[in-house]
Amino acid sequence: MTAPTAAGCAAPDQAAPLPASLDLEKETVITGIVRSAGDEAVSGAYVRLLDSTGEFTAEVVTSAAGQFRFFAAPGSWTLRALSRHGNGDTAVTAGRGINEVSVTVA
Amino acid sequence: MSRDTALVSAEWAEKNLDAPGVVFVEVDEDTSAYDTGHIAGAIKIDWKTDLQDQVRRDFVNKTQFEALLSERGISNDDTVILYGGNNNWFAAYAYWYFKLYGHRDVKLLDGGRKKWELDARPLVTDTVTRPATQYVAQEPDTSIRAFRDEVVAAIGTKNLVDVRSPDEFAGRLLAPAHLPQEQAQRAGHIPTAISVPWSKAANEDGTFRSDDELRRIYGDAGLDDGKDTIAYCRIGERSSHTWFVLQELLGHRNVKNYDGSWTEYGSLVGVPVALGDEPGEA
Repeated sequence: MTAPTAAGCAAPDQAAPLPASLDLEKETVITGIVRSAGDEAVSGAYVRLLDSTGEFTAEVVTSAAGQFRFFAAPGSWTLRALSRHGNGDTAVTAGRGINEVSVTVA
Repeated sequence: MSRDTALVSAEWAEKNLDAPGVVFVEVDEDTSAYDTGHIAGAIKIDWKTDLQDQVRRDFVNKTQFEALLSERGISNDDTVILYGGNNNWFAAYAYWYFKLYGHRDVKLLDGGRKKWELDARPLVTDTVTRPATQYVAQEPDTSIRAFRDEVVAAIGTKNLVDVRSPDEFAGRLLAPAHLPQEQAQRAGHIPTAISVPWSKAANEDGTFRSDDELRRIYGDAGLDDGKDTIAYCRIGERSSHTWFVLQELLGHRNVKNYDGSWTEYGSLVGVPVALGDEPGEA
């Protein structure tokens, strides 16, 4: 058994189901898939969540199926993906609940 | 300290993978990334299970640190090159830790795992074992570690640098946005702290910005070179990144990392807390 320690800051597994304890009436989840120009899912891409001023807020690495997920707040955000196949941006206006977004890198 | 002594490039690292006396160490909170591929010859250190005491809320003591490094095969004379994911947060934390326990030669790999991967440099899955050593650590150097009473006393007198994201600083979020937000403690920041998110110090590929850019960023934010500085974040690893920038790259003196950070301060009874985007009054 591992004793509880201070909750860490590393990103959880991006393919894992949303935690059952998550209250979707309160959380603003921004989630989706990074795809290449050829519409293939891109695993191992670095997805950065930038706020409305372009300031970095968080970063995760996509799962084997190219998935990413952020827990943000309602408002305007930009998703920027970096990968060996190139980079790409998508703007999103998020509300409470699940916001699905895809980012294409080229 | 300076960039030349504290940092190595990916190019340098790739040329020195087999150099005698050089040990590469991947440090992460979750070492599953290491298991799927790591720099050839690199050993791993798990931030949570190797570097934190598993009972008390503290990091491992001198004896535990000696046992860890001895078991992993790191000797006092080795040049230790640290790297990791999350833009080197946990590697920077480990760097601070190696310094705290007096390791002579330790450096960060600029850009960490991200830069290495984006450059498509090779990663391997080989099991790495090194012969055990008899590592001897120094007494902890508390000149680089801040505790809570010192932080409370620093309000309005020392530089307090909050390196979390602007929304965490203002109290709109309690944790980084890739984590669920449920938390027990209060939101906000330590009054009089300036907000300089750790990410300002890094390029998007995870490498550090140039010294000139870094000096301008902290200067513009109001960091007073003539005063002592305490950096904090939520659990002390992002602030290790900023501690590294200020002390090891820019050569500031008297910079401390407050590893208790917001998870401690924001749970203390009776201390002042400021909300909103401004530093607030002492």
